[in-house]
Amino acid sequence: MSGRLPSWKELPIGAVILEPGSSRRYKTHEWRTLKPVINQDKCIRCRICWSYCPEPAILEVDKPYVTSTNRRYEITYMVDYDYCKGCGICAQECPVKAIEMVPEVR
Amino acid sequence: MGKIVPLSGNSAVAYAVKSADVDVISAYPITPQTTIVEKLAEFIANGELDAEMIHVESEHSALSAAVGASAAGARVYTASSSQGIVLMYEIMFIASSLRLPIVMTVATRALSAPINIWNDHSDFMAVSDTGWVMMMAENNQEAHDDVILAYRIAEDPEVLLPVATALDGYFMTHTIEPIEVIEREDALSFAPKRKTWFTLDPDKPVTIGALGDPQWYFEFKRQQYEAMKKSREVFEKSVEEFAKVFGRRYGAVEYFGDENPEVVLVAMGHVVGNIKAYLSRVRGKDSRAGVLKIKLYRPFPEDLIAKYLEGVKIVGVIDRALIPGSASPGPLHSEVVATLRKHGVDAKTLSFVSGLGGRPVTHEHIGLMFGKLSELKDKPSSELPKEPLFIGVRE
Repeated sequence: MSGRLPSWKELPIGAVILEPGSSRRYKTHEWRTLKPVINQDKCIRCRICWSYCPEPAILEVDKPYVTSTNRRYEITYMVDYDYCKGCGICAQECPVKAIEMVPEVR
Repeated sequence: MGKIVPLSGNSAVAYAVKSADVDVISAYPITPQTTIVEKLAEFIANGELDAEMIHVESEHSALSAAVGASAAGARVYTASSSQGIVLMYEIMFIASSLRLPIVMTVATRALSAPINIWNDHSDFMAVSDTGWVMMMAENNQEAHDDVILAYRIAEDPEVLLPVATALDGYFMTHTIEPIEVIEREDALSFAPKRKTWFTLDPDKPVTIGALGDPQWYFEFKRQQYEAMKKSREVFEKSVEEFAKVFGRRYGAVEYFGDENPEVVLVAMGHVVGNIKAYLSRVRGKDSRAGVLKIKLYRPFPEDLIAKYLEGVKIVGVIDRALIPGSASPGPLHSEVVATLRKHGVDAKTLSFVSGLGGRPVTHEHIGLMFGKLSELKDKPSSELPKEPLFIGVRE
């Protein structure tokens, strides 16, 4: 948030938010201390991380990927690091342990 | 004007809710509130009231459903007592902070333990910190009228707060009095249904109940404070208008007794009527005594209370609830003491705790209290008891 924030007299009654989708501006990545890193070679594209992510910050992208063993996938799972809070559910649920939680270093 | 019919306090309330043409009723039965909602169910079944009755599994759900319905733009009603009221506690704060104009009746009853279904103000006092506008009636007519007043105040665009109206369990809820019923047409012209608050509408989407982090939360509490302050002005305008239309005049506080009193009892609810009767019949008109009834409990009408108690030697406050460990274990006494101090009124005060768990506050008890006040009225403050006087308990 930048600039002057509205006073109590200027805000809508009852903490109602009048602008749809305004939460997009709330980048929750600052909450994170560990970030998930997906090993694209290990990933079997099962979609479990995508369905478990509460944010959702796991993106299913139409981007082909060829593994080191020459297996071709039509999609790639990627992390939306703007909104990922670092909860680690994806890493916990991944059946092939393809997601590692790596400390954030700034 | 409406016709006069004999009604119990609960029926009187139900008739007012019907006349207010509510859209949604969400409630869970509990003694002594039950017959309010039973009567409303009957009205719906008979086709006399077109409203949705939501059957819920608890009072927590009753008020939660009321919050949802109000957010959707409905005129909403609920009622409860005692344990039901305190089970709603969590949602009461949400209703007032979301600024939803829900009206709820508290049929006042003691809190467990021991289990007690009879009347005192423990449940009403539990509402007092939740940000609701609060009124308490002295008789069934007032309990009826309060519901109509409540919708007018709650839905005023300058207020938008939930309102709790109260009547004493059994002493009023199950006691029959002649009531002038306000008809629907008159109720709706006095308290017209209009959407003055933000509601859920797919064509104009809003988010209600979002997170308010430290950057935002404080501002909404400040707003809420202002709304409660405003509700006092709206209350005054509403009772004024009510008197013009319906011929019955109510005040945030109402005084009865000697014009220049030395001793005054402050009380709420049906007991006020008892004190008036005592003053008229037992004590006689020449005594310098009076009773100050508090009708509006939130916002606490401190300016008027200070005005009425200026020049009074000693004030006795009757509490029908007990908060052990508080600076004054009588919550109403606490409010009165703070009021006097804040407004520089130097009347002495005495705290009376009486009538807990349905024990009647009799003329004998009232006589005892006035006697105590007269006995202490010329003593210095330092000689007054620091503890509340428990009137009517077995020592």
